[in-house]
Amino acid sequence: MNFSEMIQQAKEEYNSLYQNEELVILIGSATCGNSAGASIVSSTIQEELEKHNINYKIVEVGCIGLCYAEPIVTIIKPGSPAIFYGNITPDMAVELVDSYIINNDPLLDYALGTFEDGGIDKIPHIFDIPVLKPQVRMILRNCGFIDPKNILHYIANEGYSGFVNALGMKPQQVIQTIKKSGLRGRGGAGFPTWQKWQFCLDSAEKTKYIICNADEGDPGAFMNRSLLESDPHSALEGLLIAAYATGAKAGYIYCRAEYPLALERLKHAIMQMREFRLLGDNILDSGFSFDIEIKEGAGAFVCGEETALIASIEGRRGMPRTRPPFPSTSGLFGKPTVINNVETLASVSLIMQKSPHEFAEYGTRQSKGTKTFSLVGKVKKTGLIEVPLGTTLREVIYDIGGGIQNDGDFKAVQIGGPSGGCLPESFIDTPIDYDSLNLAGAIMGSGGLVVMDQNTCMVDVARYFLEFTQKESCGKCVPCRLGTKQMLDILVDITEGKGKPNDINLLVELAEAIKLASLCGLGQTAPNPVLTTIRFFKDEYGAHIQERMCPSLLCRELISYIVLPDKCQSCMLCLKSCPVDAIIGGKKQIHVIDQTKCIKCGTCFEVCSEKFAAVEKVSKTKGKNEKLDDEKIDK
Amino acid sequence: MNNNMNNNEVALNIDGLQIKANKGITILQAALENNIYIPNLCYSPYLKPGGACRLCMVEIDDGRLVTSCETPVEQGMNVVTENSKINNVRKLVAELLIANHEVDCLTCAKNDHCKLQEIAAYLGIEKEKLGNLRRVLFEIPKDTSNPFFDRDLGKCILCGICVRICRDILGVSAIDFGFRGYETRITTFSDKPILESSCVSCGECVVGCPVGALVPKNTLQPSREVKTICPYCGVGCGIYLGVRGNTIVNVRGDSDNPVNKGNLCVKGRFGYNFINHPKRLTTPLIKRNGKFIEVTWDEALDYIARNISKYVGDSFAAIASAKCSNEENYVFQKFTRAVMGTNNIDHCARLCHVSTVAGLGKTLGSGAMTNTIAEIADSACIFAIGTNTTSTHPITALGIIKAVQNGGKLIVANPREIDLCRHADIWLQHCPGTDVVLLMGMMRQIVDRELFDSSFVNDRCENFNLFKKSLREFDLDSVEKITGVNKDKIIEAAKTFASSKTASILYSMGITQHSHGTDNVIAVSNLALLTGNIGKPSAGVNPLRGQNNVQGSCDMGCLPDVYPGYQSVEDYKILEKFQRAWDCKLNKSSGLTLPQIIESAHDGKIRAMYIVGENLILSEPNSSHVIESLEKLEFAVVQDIFLTETALLADVVLPACTFAERDGTFTNTERRVQLFQRAIKPLGSSKPDWWITCEISKRLGAKGFDFHNTKEILEEIASLTPIYGGIFYDRLEKGGLQWPCSDAEDNGTSILHMNQFATENGKGKFLPLSYKPSAELPDNEYPFILTTGRSLYQYHTGTMTRMVEGLNKLYGHDFVEINPKDASDLDINHDEFVRVISRRGEVKAKAKLTDALPKGVIFMTFHFAETPTNILTNSAMDPISNTPELKFCAVKIEKDTE
Repeated sequence: MNFSEMIQQAKEEYNSLYQNEELVILIGSATCGNSAGASIVSSTIQEELEKHNINYKIVEVGCIGLCYAEPIVTIIKPGSPAIFYGNITPDMAVELVDSYIINNDPLLDYALGTFEDGGIDKIPHIFDIPVLKPQVRMILRNCGFIDPKNILHYIANEGYSGFVNALGMKPQQVIQTIKKSGLRGRGGAGFPTWQKWQFCLDSAEKTKYIICNADEGDPGAFMNRSLLESDPHSALEGLLIAAYATGAKAGYIYCRAEYPLALERLKHAIMQMREFRLLGDNILDSGFSFDIEIKEGAGAFVCGEETALIASIEGRRGMPRTRPPFPSTSGLFGKPTVINNVETLASVSLIMQKSPHEFAEYGTRQSKGTKTFSLVGKVKKTGLIEVPLGTTLREVIYDIGGGIQNDGDFKAVQIGGPSGGCLPESFIDTPIDYDSLNLAGAIMGSGGLVVMDQNTCMVDVARYFLEFTQKESCGKCVPCRLGTKQMLDILVDITEGKGKPNDINLLVELAEAIKLASLCGLGQTAPNPVLTTIRFFKDEYGAHIQERMCPSLLCRELISYIVLPDKCQSCMLCLKSCPVDAIIGGKKQIHVIDQTKCIKCGTCFEVCSEKFAAVEKVSKTKGKNEKLDDEKIDK
Repeated sequence: MNNNMNNNEVALNIDGLQIKANKGITILQAALENNIYIPNLCYSPYLKPGGACRLCMVEIDDGRLVTSCETPVEQGMNVVTENSKINNVRKLVAELLIANHEVDCLTCAKNDHCKLQEIAAYLGIEKEKLGNLRRVLFEIPKDTSNPFFDRDLGKCILCGICVRICRDILGVSAIDFGFRGYETRITTFSDKPILESSCVSCGECVVGCPVGALVPKNTLQPSREVKTICPYCGVGCGIYLGVRGNTIVNVRGDSDNPVNKGNLCVKGRFGYNFINHPKRLTTPLIKRNGKFIEVTWDEALDYIARNISKYVGDSFAAIASAKCSNEENYVFQKFTRAVMGTNNIDHCARLCHVSTVAGLGKTLGSGAMTNTIAEIADSACIFAIGTNTTSTHPITALGIIKAVQNGGKLIVANPREIDLCRHADIWLQHCPGTDVVLLMGMMRQIVDRELFDSSFVNDRCENFNLFKKSLREFDLDSVEKITGVNKDKIIEAAKTFASSKTASILYSMGITQHSHGTDNVIAVSNLALLTGNIGKPSAGVNPLRGQNNVQGSCDMGCLPDVYPGYQSVEDYKILEKFQRAWDCKLNKSSGLTLPQIIESAHDGKIRAMYIVGENLILSEPNSSHVIESLEKLEFAVVQDIFLTETALLADVVLPACTFAERDGTFTNTERRVQLFQRAIKPLGSSKPDWWITCEISKRLGAKGFDFHNTKEILEEIASLTPIYGGIFYDRLEKGGLQWPCSDAEDNGTSILHMNQFATENGKGKFLPLSYKPSAELPDNEYPFILTTGRSLYQYHTGTMTRMVEGLNKLYGHDFVEINPKDASDLDINHDEFVRVISRRGEVKAKAKLTDALPKGVIFMTFHFAETPTNILTNSAMDPISNTPELKFCAVKIEKDTE
């Protein structure tokens, strides 16, 4: 089968989904959907349909990016527009089958949107809903709409046409095309992709390698995972193009074992590529040969660093080494190696399928194209989003994310994971592009956006990220191994009210030296969360150290729970639920919390809050209760 | 300033100082060479840079801080080694390390030579500043499992030097980084105690450790050090004996010695306790009524003189020692020939490399290593056949590891899966005893494919056509069938060997200890000649000799057919020369070889024997027969450092000194004559061997034994031995000399046969060969092949090593190594006692199930008196060299039911 025959077959198969005689149901079955219960919903629907002897076809698609609305079910009834339903429970699923599939009532209260303009009254097109409207879905264009296990679905949506276009060019022309697009590495550092490729192409070495870095390790980041689960071929096509452009004959995908579904999808996709002769010797009779091997990482964060990643593939412990030499001159097994991130490769497919101009239409002068982010934390609508570079934080948080949960106050956003920085409200109009973020003291990173509200303690945030980087330090160089440990110990002390007067200076001093002296990016960026929180929230540090107080009422050692006598109803609710019997009182007797016994679990606060709000969380000077014994808390 | 620079140099500027440096070296190396100190902890001149400690950071032109240990020098580069930015980083690193380090410096074994102390002092770490840092200690119990050193990971700074040494220098990789973050530590596989890891206890990591994390168990510092040579194997490593009072307290490698460059193996570094051992023989003993009685030297010497004088002539035999110096061996053979009037002198070389002397003598004209150990590292191809180098010549093995790391190919031929196989590109697992077939099979491929060096063959060799004809027999099918090695592997090995620019062959007992050992040696020689791999660097035929002075004792004529320097006893002119020099009449006919001596003693023809430093009962094949022979002697003298199994059978036992108590020269396996020096005074009334021999000779009225010291003896050696003609003490004090060294102007010869061979006509000689099966093939009754060898942790018959407690902890008893399938067929479990039975006797030992052995072959060592393996072995010998077939005999195995 040649490529145009493949396209024909693919289109027939794909179009039949939407113009079918039969009922088609799409179920979002990426990890996000599955963990929200998609598989139970799926089996409930199937049982229900079988009970009624209805013919149907269920397609497990990937993630459309609306995490808050999972599980998402799309029903395509013959003759009706596709309708997307969100937050579907098994009960709702049964209801949908009965009301809509059998009785034609589409239960529009459950609907998110349709897939046809004006398809149904009052129901917007899915891309017009507030979360999706400001987004530009280029890289994620197929996610949630195709079956990731079916290569034909990908091909039907221009898949592999980018690679076929590349085959029609000389490698140098391909690199030129990528250069024109302005694509910069999506792994975080933003190095121009074409330049990496050029180094490799120019090398006189015969053996070259290309590696797809799918070792996404930032806490709160899941862009790569979602993409691989929802549209694996988009990255694989990029790998093929990169191999062709650089002259690599062998490629590796380094993906962490904690991504079982992504791995499964990749393995399946690679098998299908072989079947369709898109991999192996003499691909599509072009004379170009290439093969891909998957290497499963053991979940070490540092293995996202390219030299550590290479060491890991070579079978050694994942520890970085000093660059230069860079992998493009001496990488895997000492040979020139290009390492590109999943999203970079997916962008490559896109650029080659469309055109560099189409890609470069989006973005800023220095940061072209669109970028995916995982928007998490205290926003109303969490999800996987894609926006043109240059979009401001405000647009992302308020327009897409729908603002802060419970209509609270925005406090800060952590960008770029543990290597990035925490930006406060004054930066909310910062455009998200490589250079603006660097200027602000954060980094683009791979694309994690963690939004925090007023209840977040910034010292605790810094401690959290430091704890992560410290645990993930490979241990090789002293500044990173011992420096981050030292910073962590100081931060723990501060959050426990044991901070010393000079600790802020000491933290800054340590941070600067660690950034300067560490061997690899992990250590060089590990102090960023601390530095930015000190820069923007110094008062909070001061309160913890000088006043032994946590203004956000979060640091356990610095808070107390008290019962407000005027509000207490003596209902025994908190008293009975206290796990350590720290509450004294009885019927008709105002309750008191014995601070010596209290473990600050917050149970009393939770049980009382809804009814009487008589339990209050206080932190020393902020507390209203005058009786609170300072010394007791200091202990 | 730059005018006198050569092409390999660059000029750079360090702190405003113009310096020159060789291209390719790092900034740190250039600075240190120019006496500019840059603080460093993870740097070692012997290792690739680690870049871990970050102390050596300097600023370069673009304002970046780079690790000077990793950054190469560049022309015109400006380097700043100290400014406030750099200082901040360095101080921070040091402070962090100290905040995490125990500071009980005064009681630390590394006190005063700890690099962390040095850094702290250099950087001026202030106590006040440290006070701000949180102090955490990494609590982890000490690992004291190794008998020679302790690991205290609480003090480890994770510089990774030990890991790099173990991986890059040793090729062992027993340790590596483990865990993450602050928990990161140097660990073994599965975090087990080091004793249970693949550690070879060489102690190189202990030497390399900059802090107190790895320290020897014995931490006593010596009050003085004596430069000398290791007494164990034939590699001849340079060492310093650390002495305190009259006791040896430590050993360290001599980094100036070209052989080991400071490296040592477990025996060399830690196996010195035998020297001051309480069981040392310290008084002469005479056996009266079956009991040894302590006597004075005069009594003993008079007694010997009186008795031995009865056996002048061929009823006397002398067994010399490869552990004794050249001088002692020279004097001993002179005594045997000039005083006792016989050429019946031999020594343990008979058991090892006389096949080499015979085989290479015929083909190349000289039976010794053609090249030097240092060249091995640069070989493009190494063919290690019949040598378990990492166990038997550990320091030579380092060269192999280095060669492999340099990109050289390694071909290993061995029936056992020895350690080297892990590093090998090709492993040929041939059946024991089929070396000739394997080698000729490879040569047939090289000739058929015209991969041989025809100009070398034409210009420098002879007899090629006859040899070529003999290859006919060795077609691939037959070779595969006999050797059991897959055809493709044979072709690959042949191609790899023949197509490498330089290829060196290393071999040892696996080649020589066969009833066709000389043929094996000739096959090796043929291969080297065929591919033109002789007479050039990093190539050659390299027999690795076993004992520290086995080369020297052969050189000194402790062989029945040659005088010192391989001068034939049957050559009239030579005889004349020695008669004149020694002022006596000499026996014109060759004497008996060691196996013949034992046989003659059994027959009653040899009636008196003088044995120096040999433990024949354990080392010779068919031990029961040896015991019978010794018991039949009318008079036997044994001279040794311990009361060995053999000494127990003697009439007189004389206490000799160890190497640490006397002076002399040893000649190592690469023909390098090196000086060893007395470090302590002799224990008890023990005496140097040469003194004892001279005293007996004088008592027998002989002239020419009035030596005052070993220097005088070496002068006499030089005067009579052309290959030692230029070797004198004053020259050796500056370093060893490799023979041939004809006169005082000659600086010795590192590579033999450069322009012509040592044969009579100067040509290298090809010799045709045919396949000869081993003498005792397995049959229904005795279905297994027993092959013997050595352990890294024990030495020869254990006379020295069995006295070192730690070595016995590492390898304290023998095993019968057996393939698990064979074991299961025989219902034998791991660690279970089995009886190994041959036609000559039986021994009992624990079974060790290992895939390292093919089915049908078992392996044992011969170190242990409790498991005298040589009871089993076959005394069938090579007809030319008389070397017994210790590597092959038929046995059966039974589960021990007692």
